[in-house]
Amino acid sequence: MVDKLNDDIGEEKRLQLWEMMLKLRLVEKKAYDLFLQNLIKGTSHLALGQEAIAGAFGVALKQGDYTFCTYRGHAHTLARGSSIEGVLGELMGRQCGLMKGKGGSMHLTDVEKGVMGSYAIIGAHLTIANGTALASKYNKTNEVSVCFFGDGTTNIGAFHEALNMAKIWNLPIVFVCENNLYMEYTPIHEVTAVEHPAADRAGAYDLDKIIVDGNDADEMLRTAEKAISKAREGKGPSLIEAKTYRHSGHSRADPGKYRPDEEVKDWMENKDPIKNYRAKLLDFNINEKIISEIEEKVKDQVEKATEISMASPIPEIKEIYTDVWANGGSEWHN
Amino acid sequence: MAQLTYRSSVSLAIAQSMRKDQKVFFIGEDVGAAGGVFKATVGLLEEFGKERVMDAPISEQAILGAAMGAAMTGLRPIAEIMFSDFLAVCWDIVANQIAKTRYMSDGQINIPLVIRTANGGGSKFGAQHSQSLENWSMMIPGLKVVAPSCPSDVLGLMDSAVKDPDPVIFYEHKSLYAFKEEIEQTDISIPIGEANTLHEGKDITIIGLALMAQRAKEAALILKDKHDINAKVIDLRSLVPLDLQTIKKSVIETGHVLTVEENPRLCGWGAEISSLISEHCFKNLKGPVTRVTTPHVPLPSADILEDNTIPSVELIVNEVIKKLKGE
Ligand SMILES: Cc1ncc(C[n+]2csc(CCOP(=O)(O)OP(=O)(O)O)c2C)c(N)n1
Ligand SMILES: [Mg+2]
Repeated sequence: MVDKLNDDIGEEKRLQLWEMMLKLRLVEKKAYDLFLQNLIKGTSHLALGQEAIAGAFGVALKQGDYTFCTYRGHAHTLARGSSIEGVLGELMGRQCGLMKGKGGSMHLTDVEKGVMGSYAIIGAHLTIANGTALASKYNKTNEVSVCFFGDGTTNIGAFHEALNMAKIWNLPIVFVCENNLYMEYTPIHEVTAVEHPAADRAGAYDLDKIIVDGNDADEMLRTAEKAISKAREGKGPSLIEAKTYRHSGHSRADPGKYRPDEEVKDWMENKDPIKNYRAKLLDFNINEKIISEIEEKVKDQVEKATEISMASPIPEIKEIYTDVWANGGSEWHN
Repeated sequence: MAQLTYRSSVSLAIAQSMRKDQKVFFIGEDVGAAGGVFKATVGLLEEFGKERVMDAPISEQAILGAAMGAAMTGLRPIAEIMFSDFLAVCWDIVANQIAKTRYMSDGQINIPLVIRTANGGGSKFGAQHSQSLENWSMMIPGLKVVAPSCPSDVLGLMDSAVKDPDPVIFYEHKSLYAFKEEIEQTDISIPIGEANTLHEGKDITIIGLALMAQRAKEAALILKDKHDINAKVIDLRSLVPLDLQTIKKSVIETGHVLTVEENPRLCGWGAEISSLISEHCFKNLKGPVTRVTTPHVPLPSADILEDNTIPSVELIVNEVIKKLKGE
């Protein structure tokens, strides 16, 4: 039921979003393949199935804005324009990685792109994101800070402290709860007092209750743009709860067996944000040729970046001793 | 006789304690239905039900606060903090509340609880999921600190930790979860504060803990086979209380000491041991007490970097040779 006459998004932006989401999907799939080839060690948390959220914000944000994400942050990092080889290289522990292998999958950081880090201890980054928002206000710049986190995160104290502070200081920040229905393996409703883990708490901090279908890319984009504008105009923080689902397990070690087959099937087949968006593009009479050209282009980009990162050397051992201090070293006595 | 992994000895140890004492219950994140992220608590929910095996939200302060309160009234909680790194988010409850309340109350309040947590590196998880943090808790009066290196020690030390009237932090090593051992008797008890000898020798004393104790043992085997050096390897098993007598006895025989620690160097437990040895055994020493540690850096993630940061068997062997043969 598309309303082509009153289309507030338009073809150009839709194709931008399409390309963005595809990139996030294909890179995560590539990351998965690289695990299977044992080229990625350590852990890794894929955002397969949740691309519409990072993707929409990627399109809606401006250069100079700040983003904070979790260990499940490959997509959020790429969405800001970080290079694919920088991300894959980091996962494989190569010199071309965003942090030359020192941080790894859970800590992707690319300050030049506004990616202010990926955080692996639940709750921490909500409080830290308030700090960049505070700085933007302090310096009277116009940047917005966006902080992504999961449903499980709403039960740690830092979530509540951060929301209260953002509100009393009227900070230019958007908190985005990606409610994928599970913390690690435990269904969120089993450990949470309210039905909507983020939205039902919004009122406690005098914030609007915002719930959005996080797998509907258009709706996600509208919601993101609205909250970002509000923050940019000095009208304060927002808390968005985006309903979504991860296609894979919590992390590489997890086959996700605790989720009912029917539930997984429904989300994969009927609510896949990418599959559904492709259909929507066609509903809007966008030429299928254009859609597939973008698909080919992104595939090609991912393959090329994979080659680059695989050809990149492993870091030199002396890297271990760099960057503890601002002088570049790690010495602690003379 | 059964072969047990370190991982399965954890769930068995908890189950044995829960069978023996109705006051013992277990709480943590993803520990029940999921059996824990390291699968170290599989089967507990099925055996003991939701009343005694509780899946908690991501609320570490509230988990440990509730465990403390329950312990104050005589229950015996075992609380899991999934990775030891997360102790930082509930450190007030650990360091200010759990550790100090007995003392401040002039002994009116007992806090018999166990905090078990996955500790240590080797999994390429990066700087916030790999730390060896025994020394964080070691420096706080009021906390006992245990770190088993093998399945039988998990069984025996968990039994004692649960029965202990004081709070015990029980550091399980992630890289040992797959470690296997043949075990005759599973319902055993090992007193907290008794070190274990993993290898006999009179040329040098190597002191380790958890994974580093196992690496020190491997190094001792190589030193004996290939370099004709007989090293005594002491696995401390607990830092608080500390088995100073076993250390002293060995140092008097060998006169050479190397500690092997996984933590970064500054204020690592080896520094305390080194200081004790120079106080108690100065005349017996044939050279300085030296330490092998992780350098003063957060742990990097890439495999080549992590592998070259945490002390390896090879590094221990080389350090010993350097000390004894000056090579
Ligand atoms: C303080 C803290 N406690 C526990 C964990 C372990 N942990 C990592 S991810 C996770 C689940 C998080 O769930 P949610 O916020 O819903 O995010 P999702 O993984 O679903 O994206 C947990 C418990 C952690 N990293 N930090
Ligand atoms: Mg979740």
